[in-house]
Amino acid sequence: MSTEAAFGLSGSNMPPPIERGRDEELIAIRDLKVHFDLGGGTIWDKMVGGSPVRRIVKAVDGVTIDIYPGETLGLVGESGCGKSTLGRALVRLTEPTGGSVLYKGQDLAKLSQRQMRQHRRHLQMIFQDPYASLNPRMTVGQIIGEPLDTFKLARGREAEQRVQQLMETVGLSKRFIKRYPHEFSGGQRQRIGIARALAVDPDFIVADEPISALDVSIQAQIMNLMEKLRREKNLTYLFISHDLRAIRHVSDRVAVMYLGKLVEVADAKVIYDEPLMPYTKALISAVPVPDPEIESTRQRIVLQGDVPSPINPPSGCRFHTRCPFVIEACKEIVPPLAEIKPNHFAACIRISPEQPHIEDVAPGDAPGLRDAERVIAS
Amino acid sequence: MSRNGNLLEVRDLRTYFETDDGTVKAVDGITFDLKRGETLGIVGESGSGKSVTNLSIIRLIPEPPGKIVSGEIIFNGQDIMALPSDEVRRIRGKRIAMIFQDPMTSLNPFMRISRQLMEITELHLGHSRDQAYEHAIKMLETVGIPDARSRVDSYPHEFSGGMRQRVMIAMALSCEPELLIADEPTTALDVTIQAQILELIRKLKEDTGTSVILITHDLGVVAGMTDHIIVMYAGKVFEQSPTRELFALPGNPYTKGLLRSVPDPAHEEGTELYQIPGLPPDVAHLPPGCPFAPRCYRAEEICKREYPPFVQLTSEHFSLCHFAEEVYANSHEERRERDRIKAESASVESE
Repeated sequence: MSTEAAFGLSGSNMPPPIERGRDEELIAIRDLKVHFDLGGGTIWDKMVGGSPVRRIVKAVDGVTIDIYPGETLGLVGESGCGKSTLGRALVRLTEPTGGSVLYKGQDLAKLSQRQMRQHRRHLQMIFQDPYASLNPRMTVGQIIGEPLDTFKLARGREAEQRVQQLMETVGLSKRFIKRYPHEFSGGQRQRIGIARALAVDPDFIVADEPISALDVSIQAQIMNLMEKLRREKNLTYLFISHDLRAIRHVSDRVAVMYLGKLVEVADAKVIYDEPLMPYTKALISAVPVPDPEIESTRQRIVLQGDVPSPINPPSGCRFHTRCPFVIEACKEIVPPLAEIKPNHFAACIRISPEQPHIEDVAPGDAPGLRDAERVIAS
Repeated sequence: MSRNGNLLEVRDLRTYFETDDGTVKAVDGITFDLKRGETLGIVGESGSGKSVTNLSIIRLIPEPPGKIVSGEIIFNGQDIMALPSDEVRRIRGKRIAMIFQDPMTSLNPFMRISRQLMEITELHLGHSRDQAYEHAIKMLETVGIPDARSRVDSYPHEFSGGMRQRVMIAMALSCEPELLIADEPTTALDVTIQAQILELIRKLKEDTGTSVILITHDLGVVAGMTDHIIVMYAGKVFEQSPTRELFALPGNPYTKGLLRSVPDPAHEEGTELYQIPGLPPDVAHLPPGCPFAPRCYRAEEICKREYPPFVQLTSEHFSLCHFAEEVYANSHEERRERDRIKAESASVESE
């Protein structure tokens, strides 16, 4: 019997679907897990001086969230938090090891690769590295046209026209249709990647750090382009980035991830103006503001220590090793993502809807405790 | 020795690279001063020449294909360009130190950290092995490496990115240099680690009085760390100003464009970001006239024909532009407008 089942807890620590009078969610992610087994811990390992402990990278460790049609959900976190892995797991470029990804009623995590291929028409991806994600031996026209061929959406003259249209849509001149990727700049290559993703008229696009590799002035161009396309084509984005300023600008809602788990979810403005989680506060505080007046006077929260490794992460609340508000209970209990304010979720046992501000909570007190589960160290 | 308190004076520096594609004028006539104890920010995008400028200052330009074609680099009253290379080597690492962007490429993966730190002080300060070892531990403690004594003999790969950057800073500061050049020191790091590293640099600057040149593309970083800024584009200085003034009253269309393309929380929600149209310049094939003309909102015929003048706007504020004064005057207007709006909303609130 699994630990969760023994405690009768398998469903209870998930946030209820958000009642907002909106359309139904487009994608429902339920307790998604992506674990990578690095081995170790066997007698053989101990003999040859390998790792004495089984090492599992819990890259994504139980993520539950809905994504609504037409929105841009920003997913933010630092390196190793699992955000890229989460994005890839949604489109099955990386295999989930647990949980489900429901798209229009179908659980994508359970489909065979063949069945999944049908759905790839609706779920596309834009990658971070515009240099690595385009086949250097294919022309731009071939790259953008390939999905049309794969899904039998257009052929010959019609396909060529469609490719030209797509190039115009993303701001690339049709003249370049026979050029190769290396003849373009980073920003232009990113546009090619976007055109390719749009070729099949998808509903949903996972954008994995789409602007990180680009110069500042080009970042603005690409963000504007993505926003324009979203409105015109009714797209839904999962926008993954570590750049908090960009995320704030493009997102409707923001989810903050730390070591494989979501720690805070709220509307974009709310997360930046009124963050609840100590980690979110530190993250926002760490972003330098391009205004010397503000920079010289503001109080920064500087976290001590490094981000722990996702291999055998800290017990209880993953953030407890760096949290300025840590108490003993934080080391033992995994906090669930609870609705602290309307549509504002945070995973921390020290706050509750009655006491949402951690600075005001009495030392040693944990008002959110009654909602939390107790986890046996395994 | 040093003239009017200037630690470093760079005069008309030109560094060119010969490539198959033609001569790349990576740095094409840069002039600036750095006073003792000051922090200068150099801001620019790809191809601006900011990194080449700094490599030129410590004469780390590979020849061929590069060459410092002309210019003076006067450090503490001495022209580094005129010194023989063994003299330069005595300055490099000891009096001028550099931190690079990617700590993994400047730390030797085959050598223990202790050895890499000891190398520097044995060479430059004449330390014995024991002296150098103790000094290495002290430096690691100064930069905030926990358990320095037990970790000093580790290899670089046993540290995280943020820790490695701290090790680099420890190496750079080992000999208490007069000038620290930091080339994108935090770009490769997570934002919370970036905050730690910047805090560290700030503190060390206060404690030791080192002058710093900070190269970055991140306007937020320069806003908080620098006294003066130069904005580079296509190998030239486009604007030069004290930090506060640059952000409040930019005098160059490129600077304005950069400032406006950074997402600002104060912006209206959902509005389009200002974007500088076009692409970064191809420094091997620059058009005649102003290199920014193809992308500039203010450009006119004269900009495409004639190279712009370096206009003095105030005693310390310069801008390379045919319309510098007009742009500067517009910035004043915009600030008056902003202040007016702020005053209005403040009075509405108090009613």
